[in-house]
Amino acid sequence: MNTGIWTCQNLKLKSCRWSSPSPLRNLIIEEKSFVPCEDLNYGRMSFKGFNPEVEKLMALMNPKDEEEKEEEEEMSRMQTDITDEEMALRYESLVGSMKKKFVKKRDRAAMEEDLNQNVVETNTKRIFLKPQD
Amino acid sequence: MFSTLKDRVGEVLLPGDEFSCETEDTISLTDRAKPDKVVCGPGLRWSGDRLMVCKSGVLRHKQPNVFWIDSQQRRYVPAKGETVIGIITTKSGDVFKVDFGGSEQASLSYLAFEGATKRNRPNVQVGDLVFAQFIVANKDMEPELACIDSSGRANGMGVFGGGGLLFKVSLGLVRRMLSPHSEVQSDLEQLFPCELVVGMNGRLWVKSSSIQQTLIIANLLQSCDTMTASQRRELFSRVKQGAL
Repeated sequence: MNTGIWTCQNLKLKSCRWSSPSPLRNLIIEEKSFVPCEDLNYGRMSFKGFNPEVEKLMALMNPKDEEEKEEEEEMSRMQTDITDEEMALRYESLVGSMKKKFVKKRDRAAMEEDLNQNVVETNTKRIFLKPQD
Repeated sequence: MFSTLKDRVGEVLLPGDEFSCETEDTISLTDRAKPDKVVCGPGLRWSGDRLMVCKSGVLRHKQPNVFWIDSQQRRYVPAKGETVIGIITTKSGDVFKVDFGGSEQASLSYLAFEGATKRNRPNVQVGDLVFAQFIVANKDMEPELACIDSSGRANGMGVFGGGGLLFKVSLGLVRRMLSPHSEVQSDLEQLFPCELVVGMNGRLWVKSSSIQQTLIIANLLQSCDTMTASQRRELFSRVKQGAL
């Protein structure tokens, strides 16, 4: 009987060819524009003071040169009066004193302070004790 | 593949050249395989497991891992984030249609201007020149422009131009003018006081204090497209002396 006979060609599954996952598939970024590749400047330009607003924009928008960036960093450091370390110390003491201000009367009595003025943690909190029979 | 790409920086490549990744350089037993990330710019395309060149030109490289093909063309293909000069062609409802020299017109919403609201519409007429950037630009969708950036500020974009002349140059000249430490820009700085708007679609708009100066600058820029650097400097110095 012919109906029971399936030719090999009909049953043969197409050989699955799993393409090996390319190791670099996730590491290629496509960039369609030239602007980030060549670091192009801003499109509006004005020379010799023809349009002062555009000249201001040019100074704002153009990526700054490395020399100018270094100068700016130095300037900003010179202008701070208080160093970061001093600021950190002040904050540390400030936090402690603010905490003391908002503490309740009961807890204030329980608060102990070390020699280092660090607050020792109080373990016991009074809860209702069920009376034993 | 990173190393093969780096070897060929500065060479002229043709479409069809490919860089395949050899498995040896990503799997290494000695050091932990840290495969390099490669950014392929215009002219290079990743297809399947190979990096293919699709434009003819010179392979360029920028630290740390950016490669692209420096090619020359006159027809502009929109890319997201690029600023172009467009001409408003129609005004239909909420949207302007802008011609930027591409295969189809881009749409520019009237809300994409600084300080524009539904009640406060921007003052834009048909035929105005706009300096805008692409927010949508791919081959499957209609390109869209906007005259504000992501924070809502105009940053110099929008309608410009009263007076002045708009003309077309090749895309290579535009990139040369906008590159950092550009010679063309420094030559122009010494000529006349003028204002320039450069669109990445090859369109330039120039305005100077007199019509004659405007025309001189426009002709200079159009002609220095096809000149070598020395010829260009000679021409500029002649203009500066007042010969032309």
